[in-house]
Amino acid sequence: MAQEKMNADKMWLTMGPQHPFSHGLWTLRAQVDGEIVTDAEPEVGYLHRGWEKECEQRDYQKIIPMADRLCYSASMTWSHLFCKVAEEALDIEVPERAQYLRVVADEICRIQSHLMWLAAVGTDAGNLTIFLWALREREFMLDLNVRLCGQRLTTNYPRIGGVRNDMPYYFERDCLRGIERFEKALWDIVNLTDDSSIFVGRVKGIGYISREECANLGITGPAMRGCGVDYDVRRDDPYDAYGDMDFYVPVYKDGDAYARFRVRIEEMFQSCSIIKQAMKKLESIPKTAPYRLKVPKAIPEGTHMARIEDPRGESVMYLISDGTDRPYRLKVRSPVFVNVSASKRMVQGVRLADIPTVMAMIDMCLGETDR
Amino acid sequence: MSGLREWIVNRATDLADGGSVCLNGHEYSDIVGMSPYDVYNLPYDIGVKVWESLGGLIAWLINLFVPNNAVSFALISDTATNAMAIVLMVVVIFAIGFVTNLTMIWQERKFLGRQMDRRGTMIGPLGYLQCLGDGLKTFMKENVAPRAIDKKIYWWGVVLVIGTSVLLACMIPLSPRWFIVDYNTGLLLIFAFFALAPFLIMCAGWAQNNKYSLIGGLRAAELMISYEVPMLILFAGTVYMTGSFNIGDIITWQEEHIWLIVPQIVGFFVCLVCAIAESERVPFDLSEAEAELVEGWQTEYAGMKWGLIMLGDYFRGFVACALVNIMFLGGWSMPIINEFDWYYQYFPELFFVLKTCFVFIFFITARGALPRVRTDQIVNVGWKVLMPLAVINLVITILIKWIWDYGGVF
Repeated sequence: MAQEKMNADKMWLTMGPQHPFSHGLWTLRAQVDGEIVTDAEPEVGYLHRGWEKECEQRDYQKIIPMADRLCYSASMTWSHLFCKVAEEALDIEVPERAQYLRVVADEICRIQSHLMWLAAVGTDAGNLTIFLWALREREFMLDLNVRLCGQRLTTNYPRIGGVRNDMPYYFERDCLRGIERFEKALWDIVNLTDDSSIFVGRVKGIGYISREECANLGITGPAMRGCGVDYDVRRDDPYDAYGDMDFYVPVYKDGDAYARFRVRIEEMFQSCSIIKQAMKKLESIPKTAPYRLKVPKAIPEGTHMARIEDPRGESVMYLISDGTDRPYRLKVRSPVFVNVSASKRMVQGVRLADIPTVMAMIDMCLGETDR
Repeated sequence: MSGLREWIVNRATDLADGGSVCLNGHEYSDIVGMSPYDVYNLPYDIGVKVWESLGGLIAWLINLFVPNNAVSFALISDTATNAMAIVLMVVVIFAIGFVTNLTMIWQERKFLGRQMDRRGTMIGPLGYLQCLGDGLKTFMKENVAPRAIDKKIYWWGVVLVIGTSVLLACMIPLSPRWFIVDYNTGLLLIFAFFALAPFLIMCAGWAQNNKYSLIGGLRAAELMISYEVPMLILFAGTVYMTGSFNIGDIITWQEEHIWLIVPQIVGFFVCLVCAIAESERVPFDLSEAEAELVEGWQTEYAGMKWGLIMLGDYFRGFVACALVNIMFLGGWSMPIINEFDWYYQYFPELFFVLKTCFVFIFFITARGALPRVRTDQIVNVGWKVLMPLAVINLVITILIKWIWDYGGVF
């Protein structure tokens, strides 16, 4: 870059690591020709803290709270994923009650993560009302987290072989009330965004990726479903109790930022429906049923992989165990780390003002990206 | 000693005779026989009265020690009273504009808070004192300026942006008796000064040696070409209808005939949009789009410079609302209650400010409900929607005026 001759027509704009649009510490170097972005280059790694290496020094049980810290708004799915890979290594099946509890917890997590994203979209589009309304609704979801696990963000709820605790008293009532309230409240926010021609005009037709590019870049999650790829780990490779759940996977073929926006909004409604179904199922399981298995501390030698539908995409953990109570290697595939590589392609040709809205649809979370 | 006392007694008699007359604007009341105004001017009157107390007190105090001295007589002479009254008048007009401005900031925060389901500011009575706290906090900040700037333009740019905003706010007459100069081209002048800011913003953005502020400054220019033209076409409609550039005449016409919002309802809404763009507020605050441009053209203005820029922004918001008020809502005129004597004796300024704040509610609602538009979208809207609507409004205005003049309908 230093050797390149200065181009007077185009200038490089370093957006980040401290910039209002980069939700977290990362840099997007954008080359702009006036207002039009001609090239871009994401730079991540500011938050690297050696997560994978640190895991090699810890017992399997002690990795669960660390997995929470991978992403502040998707902590449940990450600790769930770690428990899942350990269970696969141990070759155990978690009790039915724990499976449904995990589904409920995961979907609450998905809703609050998507609400965090919606709030970020609000500020990126320049409207603080969306931000505050979304965060208000998110508080109710976090309250449900508190009821279930005692924590708002870093929940530390799943355990290898089950979950930490059963539902507290009246959780079922609170959860259903909260979800019903949320379904109404979400329509308010949808009216503020989807019904606003200015908002739709801001996100429609920008940040386009084709289906093929999406596959080549390895994009997963809502960003992929917005490009017309009909794939969801929860449905196509069901884990825990997702196989029993009746839900549809929203898919849009447009491939622009608006499609990704719609996918996430509809996913929230689907999550509500999943929570309701799981709650109904939990009623039929006796309260005395086990919710956790006793598992050995050490995991037998071998390589194991597990994947899960994170709110941001498909997250994968790859575990190499050497028979001790500590992993030999634990590799994390973060969906955002892969998705952000598409930013170069997505922002080419859009205007400078579109960069925040396009990037918001990736839903950056730097904790898991940099690990 | 006796001469001074006699003079004060005479002055008091003068005031009791003629000073209390302040009616419908065009009745001349000679306060002390030296007013530069043809009509009664309330701020000037306040200035005179304040100086009579203040200057008289000082003169009396000096006179206690040095009887019959020249300084005391000079302090209460007509020339000194006139000069000091003009200075105090400016202070009064600015103070009222400033308080109005703080009220509008408070109003915005409270309204926006309610729209966003929160309380808004809570410091002081009803949260009114928050702006003072913010001002103090900003004032305490270190005054940082980057090294590699174009110093002259950096400083002059911000000074002129704030200065023109405050000047504009002071140029708005609040009533027939509350003005600085009774311009025959008042509206035109205000528009001219209003249109100056984007140029200054562009210069200030360029001078900061920062890519974000450069883009922000150029966006201000881009924004300007989209709203300025429809705004001026609307302005032409108003002037054509009322037959005057003078703000007082425009409002008197509306008082005698009809508020222009009725025949020009299209123009009113176009004008609202243009006024929001003119005062560079969300959703048209492209030049300080904080999502992508950090703080736009204000990025490198730290501390109180930034605070004053924000204050200037609200002054511009006040002026934009006042322009909508003057052009469409009849300014200080009120439908029924202006028949009473007491209305023009006590309330026209208050009602002008209240109506301006009412217009500001539209601004606040737009900010609460809409996301920021993109640069190409605002140019599109400006030329493809606002411009035709403004022309339609002008045509309607001409037709109505024609019927009015020749058809004998009204």
